[in-house]
Amino acid sequence: MTQILMPALSPTMEEGNLAKWLIKPGDKIEPGQVIAEIETDKATMEVEAVDEGVISEILVPAGSQGVKVNTPIAVLDGEDAAAAPKQEAKPAPAQSAEAASPAPARAPQAAPQPDPELPAGTQLVKISLRDALRDAMAEEMRRDPNVFLMGEEVAQYQGAYKVSRGLLDEFGPMRVVDTPITEHGFAGLGVGAAMAGLKPIVEFMTWNFAMQAIDQIINSAAKTLYMSGGQIKSSVVFRGPNGAASRVAAQHSQDYSSWYSHVPGLIVIAPYDAADAKGLLKSAIRNPNPVIFLEHEMLYGNEFEIPDVEEWLVPIGKAKVKRAGSDVTVTAHSRMVGFALKAAEHLAEEGIDVEVVDLRTLRPLDTATIIESVKKTNRLVTVEEGWGQSGVGAEICARVASDAFDWLDAPPTRVHQVDAPLAYAANLEALALPGVDDIIEAVKAVMGR
Amino acid sequence: MADGANGANGSLATSASKDELLSYYRDMLLIRRFEERAGQLYGMGLIGGFCHLYIGQEAVVVGMQAALKDGDQVITAYRDHGHMLATGMSANGVMAELTGRRDGYSKGKGGSMHMFSVEKGFYGGHGIVGAQVSLGTGIGFANKYRNDGKVCLTYFGDGAANQGQVYESFNMAAVWKLPVVFVIENNQYAMGTSIQRSTSETHLHRRGISFNIPGEEVDGMDVVAVREAGKRAVEHARSGKGPMILEMKTYRYRGHSMSDPAKYRTKEEVDEQKAKHDPIEHVKKQLLDGGHVGEDELKQIDREIRDIVVASAEFAQQSPEPDPSELLTDVYL
Repeated sequence: MTQILMPALSPTMEEGNLAKWLIKPGDKIEPGQVIAEIETDKATMEVEAVDEGVISEILVPAGSQGVKVNTPIAVLDGEDAAAAPKQEAKPAPAQSAEAASPAPARAPQAAPQPDPELPAGTQLVKISLRDALRDAMAEEMRRDPNVFLMGEEVAQYQGAYKVSRGLLDEFGPMRVVDTPITEHGFAGLGVGAAMAGLKPIVEFMTWNFAMQAIDQIINSAAKTLYMSGGQIKSSVVFRGPNGAASRVAAQHSQDYSSWYSHVPGLIVIAPYDAADAKGLLKSAIRNPNPVIFLEHEMLYGNEFEIPDVEEWLVPIGKAKVKRAGSDVTVTAHSRMVGFALKAAEHLAEEGIDVEVVDLRTLRPLDTATIIESVKKTNRLVTVEEGWGQSGVGAEICARVASDAFDWLDAPPTRVHQVDAPLAYAANLEALALPGVDDIIEAVKAVMGR
Repeated sequence: MADGANGANGSLATSASKDELLSYYRDMLLIRRFEERAGQLYGMGLIGGFCHLYIGQEAVVVGMQAALKDGDQVITAYRDHGHMLATGMSANGVMAELTGRRDGYSKGKGGSMHMFSVEKGFYGGHGIVGAQVSLGTGIGFANKYRNDGKVCLTYFGDGAANQGQVYESFNMAAVWKLPVVFVIENNQYAMGTSIQRSTSETHLHRRGISFNIPGEEVDGMDVVAVREAGKRAVEHARSGKGPMILEMKTYRYRGHSMSDPAKYRTKEEVDEQKAKHDPIEHVKKQLLDGGHVGEDELKQIDREIRDIVVASAEFAQQSPEPDPSELLTDVYL
């Protein structure tokens, strides 16, 4: 004998009306047979039998209002009955208070390592950011046959920005794959290939076009490891130029730093110089997690010095003090690092000693390096190319306010793009984007000058 | 089945052996009884959130699975319990995931729509309509990249057939000749919207024409017809000819999800499907009419299946909830 219970018929239903019985005592019923109609707040639903047997008693008559979920409504005799779930079966109780110890706010990750020590006598060589990125991909593709590059114009055209120049010749069309113009599809295809164990580098011609693909990046790449209880990994690098180029107007000029750095499950990297770009891209390709790699078109042709060593890896999750200073901390990433360094030079002439922290990785954000710097300088200016609201600077200010409030001698200040889509007109574009002068002005303001 | 909304051009089914028919009967019955029990546990509040039952469509996954080799992969959307059981995932592990417990396939962190078993070649279990089509195409890309002879079955419904990324994926799968079989489970309703109201070309097997992907309409209520079509399509994909589309004409008996009363179709329509086209009854009739088995033997199978399902429900209630420490695991590797 078993009891048939008042079922919940929606995620939120707590009670309902038993509108109609379609069976009576003595009736033999089978699994799948409709036995009753129940009115919820949304609709009238049919209830099907799960077990086979004979109805021996109706406990709640038709027309009853407000019957609570899990109330016994009928009794069934049958061979299945004894085996059916018992009424007292309830969801396991929530964990007790002491068991639910306060969880850390962020998922634990290995502590970032410092940059590798260079052997004495290491030469520095000049290389463009573009070629540094290409070398990073080529080296990792030589090292691991599962690594391949896909994207629009990456192969025969040699890259829309010539970042993949020469790769097709060396690695062939199976590993350097020209895709159709189909961002949503090829981002998903890349994630699927990663789920099956490959290590795709998915190039977006620019990150603006990746908005077509953001569902696959976030819902598939970033979340599946968690949703699969650790079974399915998405070791994929999404990379391409991010931010404003020059005079291409609002749809082609957007900084996605804060968008992606909002999402747990993603790693977000935004390097400035060639050494970091190469070392971090190599680390990103080896990393088992999905990585967002934000490059800057305006830096592709810039030449930087890079250590001439066999294997150059830069650790993910570690900011770098690009210029030590004692008066004010300026945080920046990507192209803004160059502006911050220029501003620091100007300010030095006026007797203000600026410390420039290159964030390099935005998620996980190296809070420790920022806090350490602020505790030394007691002042903070954050710089980013994107909009201010809910931005990278907003996050840094919140962490500094929380962790180093007593060390601050002035309110932290943010430098960012004006709160409007980016204009085409040259003068308006220049007014909208943060530049060296904006940083100088902000630093002076926090210095009280 | 010469008539009816499922309308395939008569059954193309060739004969199947007694053992095969018994195996399909058992596998389909397991899915149906499992789903009925899941519906009951949902009604008791033991399963939360969204729960999309597969009842009525069992012949599709059981027939397709019979066309695969070990190592082939399967990916689908959120009406996925049947696919999991068909690939051989355990009823206990699936049910425990439905109840959100630590012995579930995703340790309780995925739920009904997000389960996986790399061991069984099941790649989910995806909650965004159509997203699994690009992902499955990517799994096919990996197969081709490795040249390992595997085929990825990529399932989606008539609703997902109107998502843009499906066609982005068709194009790439065809241009690169990827070993993917696109299985469209056309159960004729995208949630509450009938295919006639939502779709300009309702013969979904023709949706690949402009990509040069061959398609075939299949009686998805006939497990042997599904298997035969599946064998043709899988062989096509495995032999390097690229993707193929199978449109399975099928029907779900229940609503879209547990909270859907399914008032967008008539009771007569549903009753006719159950009475005339039920995939399990169809095989049962073949077994009995062919003199393969007697009622007693089928009854014994029914009891075995019931015991498996009842045990899974018990297991899924006894398994503890995930430890709070699991909150922040599996975010990063």
